[in-house]
Amino acid sequence: MSVQVRIPTVLRPQVGGQAVLVAEGATVGEVLGFIEASHPGFGAVVLEANGTLKRFLNVFLNDEDVRYRQGLDTPVPEDSTLVILPAVAGGSFPATMQTA
Amino acid sequence: MTGDLPLEITPEQLAIRPAGESVIVDMRFQGQLGRGRLRGARWLGPDPVEAIATEIPDTGAAIVLVCAEGIRSLAAARALRDRGYRRAVSLAGGFERWRAEGRDREPPVGREAARLARYSRQLLLPEIGEAGQERLLASKVVVVGAGGLGSPVILYLAAAGVGTLGIVDFDVVDVTNLQRQVVHNLDRVGRPKVESAAETIGHLNPDVTVIPHPERLSAANALGVLAGYDVIVDGGDNFPVRYLLNDASLHLRIPLVHGSVYRFEGQATVFLPYEGPCYRCLFPEPPPPEMAPACAEAGVLGALPGIIGSVEAVEAIKLLVGIGEPLVGRLLTYDSLVQEFHTLQIRRDPGCPACSDEQRVPELVDYDDACRPGDGVPRPPSPGPA
Repeated sequence: MSVQVRIPTVLRPQVGGQAVLVAEGATVGEVLGFIEASHPGFGAVVLEANGTLKRFLNVFLNDEDVRYRQGLDTPVPEDSTLVILPAVAGGSFPATMQTA
Repeated sequence: MTGDLPLEITPEQLAIRPAGESVIVDMRFQGQLGRGRLRGARWLGPDPVEAIATEIPDTGAAIVLVCAEGIRSLAAARALRDRGYRRAVSLAGGFERWRAEGRDREPPVGREAARLARYSRQLLLPEIGEAGQERLLASKVVVVGAGGLGSPVILYLAAAGVGTLGIVDFDVVDVTNLQRQVVHNLDRVGRPKVESAAETIGHLNPDVTVIPHPERLSAANALGVLAGYDVIVDGGDNFPVRYLLNDASLHLRIPLVHGSVYRFEGQATVFLPYEGPCYRCLFPEPPPPEMAPACAEAGVLGALPGIIGSVEAVEAIKLLVGIGEPLVGRLLTYDSLVQEFHTLQIRRDPGCPACSDEQRVPELVDYDDACRPGDGVPRPPSPGPA
């Protein structure tokens, strides 16, 4: 399934500076794995060592938080939009934080 | 029962009724309000029958309708009698006769007139009107952080006539703030931000009482500082204060308007305690310290907190007046580079460590502040400027 993935500013360095990626995958987890395959290191930023989503960011599939669906196993319909949303503290975020 | 009571009451008869016995409903047109009103009168718009049916469900209430000359109010009294309000009456001769007889009125004419002029553009909005304006003037909002986000919040809430504004900030104005913290100016560099903001408000709207809180918000003082306000607006710049505000808003059951910005992006939402999701439902944990090293100079576009802070001001006003659909259960995201707003659905987490159990409100704790300000000086958890 082809899916559009919106990358927040703070994660763009992990994906070559792109704001939007086109990725493939039947589930949310597969889509994230697809991005990791072309941008090694991306997975480690968004996933815990045990493979679950890091708790300070959320993934929305078509505007719905996947935590309230089937998490990383949530099926991804064709032409979906996936939004990766980190906690933003008025400037604070992992690695490149700044007071606003 | 209709007909038991005359449809009209004279000013003499009304004046000798015990205070509080009557519900006086002023139904004059907007432009006629500048000369004061009967003491205790409520203004429910020029055509108040529907509003009365909603707001005064007791059909036994002694409703006294007041228009300018007692003609429209007589028709309205008949309409209310038809709806079962058996004690609804019209004030004979209306407000003009009451005034001509020199009877008791409130408030001072000049002040009322000045307020009508000051707030005329929002009084014209039917959703706000006189009743909404009175609510704003009686409201208390606390803005945490008088920085990039707090500046537009403070300016717009003060301009709108929110009667009491608490401002929490321990910092002083620095020249690097002025690129985005528009409540301050060059003359105030080096002065406490709460003082600077209060001075700006004083020049903008004398209706507003400012309560300065020139202190760091902490687990020890948060409840004391925030108690008694109707709405908390988050204009902070760090995770510790955001979690602290969330937990305190649950303790105090005060709605929390949230906004945050990063470089070219922003987020805003409203956390309504135990009714919608809370900050911990959305982000159960702050980023771990090892992933939050000293702040780099990432920067922020000054207009961005202007936009997100303005969204926060709008949400605060909606909550205070009780209009529209607040951003509860929805997270507004804004990307200024592509000029896109997006609304994401967010849910209350049934397993949320903070709000899942109303009987077990979270302990207030001071989080480590992993993010340090750009000058590299370590700073304890605090509501700094955004």
